[in-house]
Amino acid sequence: MTGMIQELANFWSLSDRNVLWVLLGAALLGLSNGIIGCFAFLQRKSLIGDALAHAALPGVVFMFYFTHSRDPWLLLAGAGLSCIVAHVCSEYLIRRTKIKEDSALAIILSLSFALGVFMLSMIQKLPIPNQAGLDKILFGQAAAMNSADVKLLAISSCILVLLTLLCFRSWRLLVFDPVYATSIGLPVRWLQGALSAALVLAVVIGLQLAGVVLVAALILTPAAAARYWTNKLGTMLILAGMFGALSGVFATQVSYLAPRMPTGPWMVMAVTAIFAVSLLFAPSRGLLIRALRRHRQQLRINEENVLRTMYKLLEQHRSPLPGLDSAQILSFRSMLPQQLELVLKRLKRRSEIVQDGALINFTSSGYQHARALTRRHRLWEAYLAERLGLAADHVHRDAEEIEHILGPDLEAALLDELEQSTSDPHGRSIPRSISKEHEHE
Amino acid sequence: MSDATWIIATGALAGISCALVGTFLVLRRLSMLGDAISHSVLAGLVSGFLLTGSRSLPIMFIGAIAVGILTAFITNLLHERGKLQQDASIGITFTWLFALGVILISAFAGQVDLDQDCVLFGEIAFTPLDTVMFGNTDIGPRAFWTLLLVLSVNLLTIGAGYRQLKVCSFDPTLARSLGVKVTFWHYVLMTLVSLTTVAAFEAVGSILVVALLVVPANAAFLLTHRLGNMLAIASLIAVIASFSGYHLAVHFDASISAGMALSAGLLLALSLFVPRGLRS
Repeated sequence: MTGMIQELANFWSLSDRNVLWVLLGAALLGLSNGIIGCFAFLQRKSLIGDALAHAALPGVVFMFYFTHSRDPWLLLAGAGLSCIVAHVCSEYLIRRTKIKEDSALAIILSLSFALGVFMLSMIQKLPIPNQAGLDKILFGQAAAMNSADVKLLAISSCILVLLTLLCFRSWRLLVFDPVYATSIGLPVRWLQGALSAALVLAVVIGLQLAGVVLVAALILTPAAAARYWTNKLGTMLILAGMFGALSGVFATQVSYLAPRMPTGPWMVMAVTAIFAVSLLFAPSRGLLIRALRRHRQQLRINEENVLRTMYKLLEQHRSPLPGLDSAQILSFRSMLPQQLELVLKRLKRRSEIVQDGALINFTSSGYQHARALTRRHRLWEAYLAERLGLAADHVHRDAEEIEHILGPDLEAALLDELEQSTSDPHGRSIPRSISKEHEHE
Repeated sequence: MSDATWIIATGALAGISCALVGTFLVLRRLSMLGDAISHSVLAGLVSGFLLTGSRSLPIMFIGAIAVGILTAFITNLLHERGKLQQDASIGITFTWLFALGVILISAFAGQVDLDQDCVLFGEIAFTPLDTVMFGNTDIGPRAFWTLLLVLSVNLLTIGAGYRQLKVCSFDPTLARSLGVKVTFWHYVLMTLVSLTTVAAFEAVGSILVVALLVVPANAAFLLTHRLGNMLAIASLIAVIASFSGYHLAVHFDASISAGMALSAGLLLALSLFVPRGLRS
């Protein structure tokens, strides 16, 4: 344990130049890819990164074939070029043929990769020196990054971040409402072009670190994770960038502590873990909070149903009853006895009902609540029957659902619509609102 | 039979198997799920190997198919429960599983005779070297017989469930109202995709499996409006691609499996130019 802490301290002293390069490279890459990925995610083109990454291979091989050089700038230029060609081809397939978007991506991805493998296998039989491990550029090897590579990464990342800052407003419009963007005279084609170019750059610089398969994750996963936390694009970009950078830092540490471990895959594991946490625990959109909200809503609906059933039962008797027992409620409302038990307990705790032995009755606040619910239910039934001409036996189920979500303003609007009606389609009177009653007095 | 014939025949079998299941993937707009499954299979192969310590074919098949179905399952879960876009769900799932596969390989390096290159590349030219003996006679490459078996499974399953798969592909809502078990057939299809991918990827590599899954099926999609025709045309294109791809590769002295994928691509490009009148 102390050994590990010692190692970590060594790591963070950053005395090892190589560690510093890899750390910087991974963090910058995570940052810029996370940011650019948000736009692709919001345009519902999440997998474009995957396709572009595969499309880089023929470009790299082509460039090498003609220059015999392994200068990273040259190879990346080749990669960028073939990504652009692939992107144009896939846009052609999507726009001009009946081939669907997902198929177009898969076609471009697999055929460019096949072309790359084809050329690579040809080259390998030619007497060109210096070609060993050319394909390694496609699998990523972060540990081998040197200062030249990091310089390239840093410059590209800065370009990407600056471009995003510069184009933020127009890209936002492009992503959320391209039709409006066109109508106010924005150069939509150029903006889309710039966005695609940024994406190509992000993919191409990611290849060296993460490799052809995993670069897709660096583009897509931070954006998907960030989306769970916010509805604002600015916040989403910052979060996605942070998630990407954090996973880069984490992965570099893992590789440092266990040198056998590859950086790229650990970066993907880290960012996927962040995604999983976001998916489960994000406030307002996370699975957990949504399940909790659903549960609460179901409880409330059950309570309201019981209140309304009690109102209906009590209303049927001319002379006031001393109260109801649970069997009576259950005969009108299909729910499990345990369920009813729970609901009654909650209603009692909120003092909407009182229980005297087996007899259950409203308190005055409970009565008013039940009356308001019944009123909404019957107003809606009357509205459906009178204004929409639905048969009386068709309206109950619909009202059953709407009574729980009908707000006061809608209730007022319904009331205006149905001025003369005092009874629902089944002939039962619609209780007047309490405040109206007070006005009468 | 000569090596060339064995290679072409193996390629054709892989091609037809992929074209048949690929047709349904294309129609259901799940083309990228083929890509996803063919990548996440790596995790299945490695964990199958690590759990049993054996590299026998059935174990690899079971591991890979299990992970293939897991991929489809997680994708579906993220899409429906997590309210995530379909393609994002696919991307997150398979990159994660692929990363897991690579990490497992690195962690147990030396024990696992697998690497990520073998998943991405694969080479059909080597298939004639690995042959099966039946009694005392050499009956040809193992990959050929494996793929023949897979093709039979595909044909039988698609034959038995043709009506259900058809209605699920074109109109899942109608299928549900007709009482077809849409989810069940979805996972039947996913099982076939996993099975086919694993069998074919040994021979041709996973990216080229993706090509065989989507390229012939899309070429056929351009040429016909009928499912039966689409299946037949896609298979035919796969066979032609295998034959011409072999010769293309030999001519340029290049990778045969890449040659087959590229020929399929050329056939797709050709079918873009088939005049409407000739389409059925």
